[in-house]
Amino acid sequence: MDLRLTREEIAFRDEIRTFLCENIPEAIRNRIAEGRHVGREDYVTCQRILNAHKLATPNWPVAWGGRDWTPMQRYIFGEEVQSNNVPDPLPFNVAMVGPVIIAFGTEAQKQRLLPPTANLDIWWCQGFSEPGAGSDLASLKTRAVRDGDAWVINGQKTWTTMAQWANWIFLLARTNPEARKPQEGISFFLVDMSTPGITVRPIQLLDGGHEVNEVFFDNVRVPADALVGTEHRGWDCAKFLLANERSNIARVGISKSRLRRIRALARAVPAGDGSLWDDEDFRHRVLQVEIDLKALEMTQLRVIASEREGSRTPNPASSILKIKGSEIQQATTELALEIAGPFALPYHDPEAEYPDGANDLPEGFGWADTAAPTYFNYRKTSIYGGSNEIQRNIIAKMVLGL
Amino acid sequence: MNFELTDEQRLLRDSVDRLIGPAYDDLAHRRRIAAEPPGYSRELWAKYAELGLLALPFSEEEGGFGGGPVETMLVMEAIGRGLALEPYLATVVLCGNLIRLGASAAQREALVPAIADGSLTLAFAHLERQARYDLFDVGTYARRQGSGFVLEGEKSVVLYGDSATKLIVTARTEGSRRDPQGITLFLVDADAPGVSRRGFATQDGQRGAAISFGSVAVTESAAIGTVGGAGPLIEQVADIAIAAIAAEAVGAAAALHALTLDYLKTRKQFGVPIGSFQVLQHRAVDMFTALEQARSMEYYAAMMAAETDAPARRSAISAAKVQINKSARFIGQQAVQLHGGIGVTMEYRAGHYFKRLTMIEQAFGDTPYHLRRLDAGGGWLDAA
Repeated sequence: MDLRLTREEIAFRDEIRTFLCENIPEAIRNRIAEGRHVGREDYVTCQRILNAHKLATPNWPVAWGGRDWTPMQRYIFGEEVQSNNVPDPLPFNVAMVGPVIIAFGTEAQKQRLLPPTANLDIWWCQGFSEPGAGSDLASLKTRAVRDGDAWVINGQKTWTTMAQWANWIFLLARTNPEARKPQEGISFFLVDMSTPGITVRPIQLLDGGHEVNEVFFDNVRVPADALVGTEHRGWDCAKFLLANERSNIARVGISKSRLRRIRALARAVPAGDGSLWDDEDFRHRVLQVEIDLKALEMTQLRVIASEREGSRTPNPASSILKIKGSEIQQATTELALEIAGPFALPYHDPEAEYPDGANDLPEGFGWADTAAPTYFNYRKTSIYGGSNEIQRNIIAKMVLGL
Repeated sequence: MNFELTDEQRLLRDSVDRLIGPAYDDLAHRRRIAAEPPGYSRELWAKYAELGLLALPFSEEEGGFGGGPVETMLVMEAIGRGLALEPYLATVVLCGNLIRLGASAAQREALVPAIADGSLTLAFAHLERQARYDLFDVGTYARRQGSGFVLEGEKSVVLYGDSATKLIVTARTEGSRRDPQGITLFLVDADAPGVSRRGFATQDGQRGAAISFGSVAVTESAAIGTVGGAGPLIEQVADIAIAAIAAEAVGAAAALHALTLDYLKTRKQFGVPIGSFQVLQHRAVDMFTALEQARSMEYYAAMMAAETDAPARRSAISAAKVQINKSARFIGQQAVQLHGGIGVTMEYRAGHYFKRLTMIEQAFGDTPYHLRRLDAGGGWLDAA
């Protein structure tokens, strides 16, 4: 047992860190560190820089522009991206639909779609959830009916993240309503958002921002090759996709970066005759979160080490990453809210532009206005990707045998 | 980075499990052993010796096993799982490491073989009434007399101090009561004139002692390490002990969690196993999460226990103890709750794990103490 990074791993980490700091625009990294709005162009800029250096899709096979990295190298890369405040390569493209196309797509689909997916020329969004199908995803009602050499799609998707910026959507639709089990009559489609009949309606979240949408399908005709994999077997693709989505789900790097900022801000915020950091109770609350995060990081590393050791069955500890990771992310937003104190109150439109490092906002401290919106926004982390209650159901059944 | 055990470590784990795992399965047997002096099984202690466990931390050249924190972790996990009563922590982990790191070659040559063969048991007589968790708060005094010293003072809650054949006593040779400098370790025969011991049972079925030293004369050669310079060694060995009880806690908590799962699967009410109720399932998952987080910090503590950079070691060990304490309390309380009535009786194993876990929380610094210590060191955890 040796829990230190090897010399090679440290060199790899330093190389990635240097690359990110030298190549990803500082203005974008600062905006992320401050919890400010990041626009579509920022994501595209960063992903294209990464892609030009074959760093956008390291998890893909080498033949499709991936890297033959060890699980530890992949982890280090993800960790460096997050803790240096670089936007993750768009997960819908890189972690979700890309691997599905690679695993289930035809050669023609791969040739046509993978290069623009890697370069973010195509921005994908995910059409899974529906108003009546959240945790119970298999009960989805969107229909796709074969009509000659086309499919006709009708229905509604919801919670579709960044659909307003997307030009393609991957979605699950029911193709056989008579199937014995609900999972067995579902197919997986790739759809160009400019196809007539698609409407996107924004849903404003508690932070005031526009992050998710409803997407409506009204007699949307798509070509036969919009189908990926076997007809009626889309659930296989969905399960494969959701398994991939788990990687870096703990988001340790993001929480680390947020805790570094919390320490710096607490030292800068006046309280009494000194700063908030002089308050032992506050410091102890920060430490408790840091300890929890250190334990989670070690848990994550145990999972990665068992992957490398070639274990067939996943390490049971992997199942706690989503629950604990989301709880810690939420705890960091609570600490930031506490630092902001009364200066958390003034509302600013999160998508409005203002100068970098603005300290002359009409009310309060320049940085404090993101505390409450981030706190509100991060409540999503224990809800999306399978709510923490669903995660507990799964662990109880699959790991504990209850 | 790897979390794999070597073949030798696997072998060690398996043989320790075979020896200690079932030794106290029978709670009535455990109660009988605990009630009679010395409060543990001498027969089992001899088997610890046969397996080489008592020689674990010492180097192979001096007849030891050459084990490090990982080997200690494997033994302590088994002790936790087995609710074992033997004075392994007192003799091997605490005093063994004080000797390994502090004693002269001549002292080691005299002591190590006797520890290894099981004939010598030791206790660390350090804690005092006023000290709580402050490792440097030592009022016991060692006055120079001729070429030797005379010890005067009282020690509290000396683990297995009532049955140990020798004691390692901390005494002040200079400085004021809470001064980190000026503390010396002395090796003292437990039946030396002037040593008086009052043994007692601890909450978790183990043994402790209050020991007073009234004009106890020792020779200069009884001092272990530099006279007046024991502070850093005491702190280092306390950190090694924390890593060890972290492992014991994880062993106990894992066994307790498994016991609770069995109960949820077999106990029926309303015609169904109670484990089919979602609220109990989720509680069991939260216990599992607490257990995995504790296990991660157990490994981290084992890695950092041998760290030579003292501030980094201190922060890591304190962080680990905070996590272990938190997980131990949650798992212990919830296991009792999920068992219902049987959980609060002496007749069933769950409650005994709960009691041991609670005493581990109280040992070598509780949660507020370690938060303050981590805070004093700046707190940022940057290992790996």
